[in-house]
Amino acid sequence: MRHTLSVLVENKPGVLSRVAGLFSGRGFNIESLTVAETLDPMVSHMTIVTRGNDQILEQITKQLNKLINVIKVVDFMDGDHVDREIALIKVNVKDDNRSELLSIIDIFRGKVVDVSSQSYIIEITGDEDKIAAIIDLVKPMGIKDVVRTGKVAMMRGGKSK
Amino acid sequence: MALRLKGAQILLETLVREGTEVIFGYPGGAVIDIYHELPNYDLKHVLVRHEQGAVHAADGYARASGKVGVCLVTSGPGATNTVTGIATAYMDSIPLVIFTGQVPSMLIGNDAFQEADIVGITRPCTKHNFLLNDLEELAQSVKEAFYIAGTGRPGPVLIDLPKDLMNGSCEYRYPRVVQLRGYNPTIKGHQGQIKRAAAEILKAERPVLYGGGGVISSNASNELVSLARMMTIPVTTTLMGLGSFPESDELSLGMLGMHGTYRANMAVTNCDLLIAVGARFDDRVTGKIDEFAPLAKIVHIDIDPTSISKNVQVDIPIVGDVKITLQQMIEIIEEEKGKKDWSEERREWIQQIEEWKQTYPLAYVQKKDVIKPQFVVERISELTKGEAIIATEVGQNQMWTAQYFKFIKPRTFLTSGGLGTMGYGLPAAIGAQIAFPDRVVIDVAGDGSIQMNIQELATAVQYNLPIKIAVLNNGFLGMVRQWQELFYQKRYSCTMFESAPDFVKLAEAYGAVGLRATKPEEVVPVIETALATPRPVIMDFVVEPEEGVYPMVPAGAPINKMLLV
Ligand SMILES: Cc1ncc(C[n+]2csc(CCOP(=O)(O)OP(=O)(O)O)c2C)c(N)n1
Repeated sequence: MRHTLSVLVENKPGVLSRVAGLFSGRGFNIESLTVAETLDPMVSHMTIVTRGNDQILEQITKQLNKLINVIKVVDFMDGDHVDREIALIKVNVKDDNRSELLSIIDIFRGKVVDVSSQSYIIEITGDEDKIAAIIDLVKPMGIKDVVRTGKVAMMRGGKSK
Repeated sequence: MALRLKGAQILLETLVREGTEVIFGYPGGAVIDIYHELPNYDLKHVLVRHEQGAVHAADGYARASGKVGVCLVTSGPGATNTVTGIATAYMDSIPLVIFTGQVPSMLIGNDAFQEADIVGITRPCTKHNFLLNDLEELAQSVKEAFYIAGTGRPGPVLIDLPKDLMNGSCEYRYPRVVQLRGYNPTIKGHQGQIKRAAAEILKAERPVLYGGGGVISSNASNELVSLARMMTIPVTTTLMGLGSFPESDELSLGMLGMHGTYRANMAVTNCDLLIAVGARFDDRVTGKIDEFAPLAKIVHIDIDPTSISKNVQVDIPIVGDVKITLQQMIEIIEEEKGKKDWSEERREWIQQIEEWKQTYPLAYVQKKDVIKPQFVVERISELTKGEAIIATEVGQNQMWTAQYFKFIKPRTFLTSGGLGTMGYGLPAAIGAQIAFPDRVVIDVAGDGSIQMNIQELATAVQYNLPIKIAVLNNGFLGMVRQWQELFYQKRYSCTMFESAPDFVKLAEAYGAVGLRATKPEEVVPVIETALATPRPVIMDFVVEPEEGVYPMVPAGAPINKMLLV
């Protein structure tokens, strides 16, 4: 099963490599990982997407908590959180597909952020399904490159992470 | 007004205030400023002969005394030489603080002379580590290091100290408190869980207590003994737990696992309740995991939540300090146990265990001509009345010591359990003797392992440490040879030494005393002479070359399927 973990860490040197090293050293896998400062500059927030059965997830959560620089770990269950990621997609454009492409971008509420004679860079924000869907749709036109940020996630409702 | 001090002074001043008495170390360019200040402080420094020795010695000091062990080494090779020692302490949860010198801040990352990224290298084998960036943080960092090393599940903490910071200066204030947002170990066990566990103990017909190193590190031997006696529960311990329960007690089953006693492994396999206390279900203990304690409900008490349900699914997990949790448990049981005669309740179970003990006791045959290694260990045990502090190397020597030495007190057995580090015993014995100058300290060694840190004999001689080394000299890397004998068609590939030092002359060359026994009747006189000699002694016991350690559970087999020879 796929899990999204929200991890609050002290903003100190080496923390990222401690977390990454824990995953590699214990044979856990990381599908994506994002890090950035929070409102409190002493604290960073990581969103880690990982995979494993309940027992593995229990170990991952406990092992993360055991790191001295980790302040809090939350395993988001499906439904109780919002997650988003940004993808930049470079697509070939020709005269015969330009308008179709623009209308797809419009439907997906994406943006064209770079234009050249042969290609557009599309910026798209959404959950995984949405990004997968647009990639599928534009694939026949010829994708030159895709770069994704990895997920960020947040608890729904009044509670904070 | 606050005092202005140099970095080196701040470090040493803070060590003194943290209660450090001894530093095990080795100088070099990156720590020369610290060494320059050292004579001004009330700190004993033990100059080892190899940095690995410094860490093992600090580790032996910590295991024997319960205090945090402290090391100081230089950058680059000095730092990398500590890695095996640090990993050894990490696997066995031993509290250490290691200070490594580092090249000046400006040069970090430049492949400077004697630069090594020791923080990167030791990240997976320390409880915590960091590079000092700012001199203002030094005092606070040192205090935190001691706090982290010694609390919760103990472990080694490393601080990397750039040379320029040791030479720089700033205002010094000794920090009063430690506050770490991400570190707050659970000490008290969950009362509801403890109640459930207590109820199981009152219900069980065939309970077994399984004690590990956690009983020793939390100083909970008395509580373990009380619980066992109060409810008549037999106790087995892991290698790391030896000494936590007196083997002179009738409830003692001895060690369990790969080289455990027949009765301990049979008791665990047949028990209906297994109470694991500060133990972590290591593969050397459980054998085939799905057949480990198959009939039992399992209670697991441990300070480290990651230990719980890592290898074995447990029925009642309790996170907490072993000592405090056992006290809580004893209190509850005290109230609820009623007027039953528990030794009567358990009579059948105890009888069954006694039968197993009679059927296959630990045994060997001492013939007339050749010394059996087990015989040596038994004589050492008798002649020191279980009072000595015993270190071991790794291999057969370690297992025979675990089996045949009758441990009666905690903190008397120093052995590398988790990492299995050959070369651990001699420096660990040095550390223990520094902590307890008046006690008998003996390293039981193999002729292979002892050569891995033999240089530390010079340290023992320099500081007049009367440690004793008992080499069980079988001419083989015995434990590996035993595996080759049993599982690799006796192909003794690279396990026989074709050249070996004369250990008696070697001892003398170092300025220690050398003794040798080649016949069984010489064993006791050699041990007696050694014990009466107030200097370091090597006893070279020339033993049966191809003796094996039994019982043995082949790796991956269930623990009730023992080879008994
Ligand atoms: C540093 C290190 N290298 C290799 C090993 C693998 N090993 C385990 S036991 C053993 C043999 C030890 O031989 P010796 O010290 O003579 O003891 P004996 O088993 O003969 O008592 C070896 C090589 C180890 N545990 N540690």
